[in-house]
Amino acid sequence: MKKINTFFYCIGQGIKSIFRNKLFSLASIATIAACLFLFGLFYSIVMNFQHIVKTAEQGVSVTVFFNEGTTEERMKEIETIIAERDEVRETNFVSADEAWESFRGDYFEGYNDGFTENPLANSANIEIYLSDVSLQNALVTYLESIPDVRMVRRSEVTATTLTGVNVLIGYVSIGIIGILLAVSIFLISNTVTIGISVRKEEISIMKYVGATDFFVRSPFVIEGMLIGLIGAGIPLGIIKFLYEYLIAYIAERFVAISGLLNFLTTQEIFKDLVPISLGIGVGIGFLGSITTVRKHLRV
Amino acid sequence: MARRKKQLPETTAIIELDNVTKVYQTGSPALNGVSISIERGEFVFIVGDSGSGKSTLIKLLLRELTATSGTVRVMGTDLARLRHRKIPKFRRNLGVVFQDFRLLKDRNVYENVAFAQRIVETPNYEIKKNVPSILATVGLAGKYKAKPKQLSGGEQQRVALARALVNNPTILLADEPTGNLDPKNSWEIMKLLEEINDMGTTVVVVTHNREIVNAMQKRVITMKKGVVVSDEEMGVYIDEED
Repeated sequence: MKKINTFFYCIGQGIKSIFRNKLFSLASIATIAACLFLFGLFYSIVMNFQHIVKTAEQGVSVTVFFNEGTTEERMKEIETIIAERDEVRETNFVSADEAWESFRGDYFEGYNDGFTENPLANSANIEIYLSDVSLQNALVTYLESIPDVRMVRRSEVTATTLTGVNVLIGYVSIGIIGILLAVSIFLISNTVTIGISVRKEEISIMKYVGATDFFVRSPFVIEGMLIGLIGAGIPLGIIKFLYEYLIAYIAERFVAISGLLNFLTTQEIFKDLVPISLGIGVGIGFLGSITTVRKHLRV
Repeated sequence: MARRKKQLPETTAIIELDNVTKVYQTGSPALNGVSISIERGEFVFIVGDSGSGKSTLIKLLLRELTATSGTVRVMGTDLARLRHRKIPKFRRNLGVVFQDFRLLKDRNVYENVAFAQRIVETPNYEIKKNVPSILATVGLAGKYKAKPKQLSGGEQQRVALARALVNNPTILLADEPTGNLDPKNSWEIMKLLEEINDMGTTVVVVTHNREIVNAMQKRVITMKKGVVVSDEEMGVYIDEED
């Protein structure tokens, strides 16, 4: 019962403390909110870039053609083996007849009568879609080593470009997240320093009266975590509003490119952004308050 | 005021300093070979000019500092051997009053006093009984809702005294309790301290107030440059030039 009383007292004091030190609370919330707004903005952009690149990657395929005389059973057997490989997302067997049907449909519609035999008799093939474009070379090397394979057609430029874009996005992400973290730490440490001067006397009084470190620390930690939570919630709200507005705006104003730019939905972005932002906010609040108080507990 | 006396062995000095020296990193010793013994229930003044070592002595008794050499025992506990996590529990036996009151400025009188009870996990229903009772004892029954800045210096010191006493401490340490008060308020605070002592609490008062020391006829320990220069029952304030 005593412990429960103390628990609720600490929570109550943590909440009251936010209002008691309005200026400090506002400064802390604003700092965390600004940092997490930039983080959220950047996260949304990067995730969409990756999504667009990924969508483009899914269109990249490798086509395998077979030696003359290879039976359809053998081709399907090879397809099964290929489909089991890690770098393969999807395979599609196109028989010689299907290849001709498709070709004729595209180029000779209405002029079918001149062909009594299939001119593409040796064009049976397997279309292979990759799970990761960067693995295309490895797959092609493997495919070329299969005895019945006559030719492997691939899109070298597209694969290289997409792999390059992916690597670039990775580096830029690390760079910008690093800069954001450095700026956040600088801003937050400044805010915490202001907090220290406000709290120094209060902590020393508590210690003189006989408060344990836990009793002194708890309200500060709860206050810090709540500030972090509010500081994370505000930018999430703003980003949600801005994101939905921008997606709708682009879809409406830039109809021509909206088919190329396949944006993630708000739900897809927020599925990860909400827990990450709240986690960072609460984590910053927790660490900030623990660090602030610890310096003054040795009284 | 319903107060309990702490059960301690009759023969043990409640505060005992044995050849205590405290040297700060800056150099010269703040205390040099100080030996003091204070019995349970005593009222003791510690006097001396600035730099005499009075504040260092209080900090040693609060276990805010540890002695460079010698032994400091409070209620039988060797403070040098007291672990950091045990300090809060030890301090709950001490009531402390400072010259600058050290109240929590953003909390009212009631909360400042109740705070000391919450620390020792006193149930709410007892806090609601104890705090008004102790506030009545120090003459602040009607001001429990006031914030410290709405009170006079004398009233703020009474709140500090109520906070120091609400947990029935065995020892009350008062560091210049009248330093910021006018003579009338100073006397009222001293009368309260005397009443508290009459009820069994050991009271140690560090002060500069010659008039009060001379009038109260209590034990006076005089310090000068880190050493005890006199220790008299029913003593008087000795000036540096004396």
